[in-house]
Amino acid sequence: MIKKEIIAMLLAGGQGSRLGVLTTHMAKPAVPFGGKYRIIDFPLSNCINSGIDTVGVLTQYQPLKLNSHIGIGTPWDLDRYIGGVTVLPPFEKNVNSEWYTGTANAILQNIEYMESYNPDYVLILSGDHIYKMDYEVMLDFHKENDADVTIAAMPVPMEEAKRFGIVITDDNRKITDFEEKPEHPRSNLASMGIYIFSWSVLKEALIALADQSSLDFGKHVIPYCHDKQQRLFAYEYNSYWKDVGTLNSYWEANMELIDIIPEFNLYEEYWRIFTKSEIVTPQFIGNESEIEKSIIGEGSQIFGKVYNSVLGCGVTIGKDTVVRDSIIMNSTVIGENCNIERGIIAEEAIIGNRVTIGNGDEVENETDPTIYTHGLVTIAEKSEIPSGLTIGKNSVLSGIFTIDEFAGETVSSGKTVIKEER
Amino acid sequence: MRAIGIILAGGNNHRMKELTKKRAIAAMPIAGSYRGIDFALSNMTNSHIQKVGVFTQYNAKSLTQHLSSSKWWDFGRKQGGLFVFTPSMTSDHSFWSRGTADSIYQNISFLKDSHEPYVIIASGDCVYKMNYNKVLEYHIAKKADITVVCKELPASESVERFGVLTMNEDQRIVDFEEKPVEAKGRTISCGIYVIRRRQLIELIEKAEEEDRHDFVSDILVRYRNQKRIYGYKIDSYWKNIATVNDYFKTNMDFLKPEVRDYFFNQYPDVYSKVDDLPPAKYNVGSQVHNSLASSGCIINGTVQDSVLFKKVFVGNNCFIKNSIILNDVYIGDNTHIENCIVESHGTIRANSYYKGENGVQIVIERSDRFFL
Repeated sequence: MIKKEIIAMLLAGGQGSRLGVLTTHMAKPAVPFGGKYRIIDFPLSNCINSGIDTVGVLTQYQPLKLNSHIGIGTPWDLDRYIGGVTVLPPFEKNVNSEWYTGTANAILQNIEYMESYNPDYVLILSGDHIYKMDYEVMLDFHKENDADVTIAAMPVPMEEAKRFGIVITDDNRKITDFEEKPEHPRSNLASMGIYIFSWSVLKEALIALADQSSLDFGKHVIPYCHDKQQRLFAYEYNSYWKDVGTLNSYWEANMELIDIIPEFNLYEEYWRIFTKSEIVTPQFIGNESEIEKSIIGEGSQIFGKVYNSVLGCGVTIGKDTVVRDSIIMNSTVIGENCNIERGIIAEEAIIGNRVTIGNGDEVENETDPTIYTHGLVTIAEKSEIPSGLTIGKNSVLSGIFTIDEFAGETVSSGKTVIKEER
Repeated sequence: MRAIGIILAGGNNHRMKELTKKRAIAAMPIAGSYRGIDFALSNMTNSHIQKVGVFTQYNAKSLTQHLSSSKWWDFGRKQGGLFVFTPSMTSDHSFWSRGTADSIYQNISFLKDSHEPYVIIASGDCVYKMNYNKVLEYHIAKKADITVVCKELPASESVERFGVLTMNEDQRIVDFEEKPVEAKGRTISCGIYVIRRRQLIELIEKAEEEDRHDFVSDILVRYRNQKRIYGYKIDSYWKNIATVNDYFKTNMDFLKPEVRDYFFNQYPDVYSKVDDLPPAKYNVGSQVHNSLASSGCIINGTVQDSVLFKKVFVGNNCFIKNSIILNDVYIGDNTHIENCIVESHGTIRANSYYKGENGVQIVIERSDRFFL
């Protein structure tokens, strides 16, 4: 008989629309992070490092990048005979075919998958946070308390507590109440969206709530369990945990990696983060280049100057180009004599020569002022930026451009230039 | 799948000095993120050879760790695969392999159990890209018994440590001298051979009967007139790394744009085991010029004209020039290293000074960073 004590279900179907053009062609968990990683590498590595070798990854929005990245799970040692990683997209059924309509609905539609492993516990994860966490310790906590549901929660500053789902506990960490984004929070323990359920409890709740539209863990399943007087506990987590849901928080989290001893340290032997490495060659640093406070991925070639930046694998930076406070993702080529400040340049983009990025005044973005902020300039993947172009702050470009398309060879601050393609 | 592959990776020689104390030559790190054997293995897989045996003997620990899985080179697991053979005691004998032919003889079942008609034999200590199928086609066209890949070395390089051969107009090898005191020509054998599997079994068994154990002197040299042995001349990049100087120079070759482009960017790729190290990190004060750096490195000081392998730590105010720093070396602050090869896992204490005055100096330090 096949049996796993605990299996993980990783929700990776969300778009992450607040990351703007970065998620036009890929789900948020597939977005590159920290030079060579993708966001989903962190929960997947946490799983294998915690001894969980059976992971269902629920995909829906733009899954191609995610599928090819995960493959059969080789980079994480999740290519197993029994268990391992399984990608679970929505599928057609005899009756009631539907997309995944909510976090818990996605899990509900995969009851058969979970049942095939006869688990005692099911760990629910989301694929959009940067953190290192030992789920095994959380499981021990769950068992010690004889809990039905354990919710990972972390203390946040009281004034920010109203942005989160807050749990209120007694002295034994037993949850007595919750509040979803409360006006006057009674506690500062914020739910991290990481749950361990005893399988029988989860299954019963999902089936009971099956008809609920947009079935959601925070809104429906947890309150249901609470109302049934089940034992809900909060597992307090106190280390680095970063939500990279907005372009600015994404940029900040990347920049935190380049501190001398970063709070989130990728260089520790313990708790390695694994990823699919497509490029294995070393990086070459040219004779006239200068690099300070930066991390650079495999196979990159640097002939210019790079300061305070995070560069992916296979990136080329041309001669006399200066890159500052920027994120340059895999296989992007930047020409000569460019000046790039606070740029987020996605994968496989081509930037010509003498391009200036991040120039001029702070002007609010014309279409999405909440997404493209903080003076960041975002260039979508596979875009081509012609030589000689000057691009202002809080702007976004996506597509293949020629210089004639821009009057005065300039994109002024706050502009959105997105070419509809295909 | 017309051929199987054999990679001879057992070798060691005194010309590598202290560097082979830790590992066989085939496991020597090359160009920042590769090992010597990666080139032969990648050539095999890129030539669609799916079944490869690696014959090891000397100091094989590092090599077998590197060859832990066939998947890095995309060999199959059920149809073919990567097989690592070390000498073992049997009911017949209990000695180590006594030469290249003997190492093949000790694993002759690998040849006998295969069904592919041809065998490609390569060594694990050369840096090159090659489509072995081209050699195989040539071998068939020439109706050769054995085909030897060869290359003419420029006058600047010594040929005396190689097999030196002479060919007639038809490219048939008429003379073959192993490591001659005085060479008659500049065409050397690259240690890559194509031969029919049955022919190889026959020759190897014959040699063993006569108590002869070396593939080159007891088969190639001995049979050069009896068998149709042909040369296949190449003029692409090919380097043997089996001396300290050649090892150093081959690594330094990768600082040249054309060599880098040939190996790193042009199809087909060279593959290696993936190590899951974080990106290289450059802290405030780092100054890196004309150098290669690999994943996991953390650089605080100055590095010029050098190759840093994986996971090298360079302390503050260090000065590293014209050197090769192998995997997982920790270099303390204010250290000067020039014209050196620093052996892997070493810990260089702060304020050290190393300079190779007459050629390359090999620096070996204990890995005692945890007690400092």
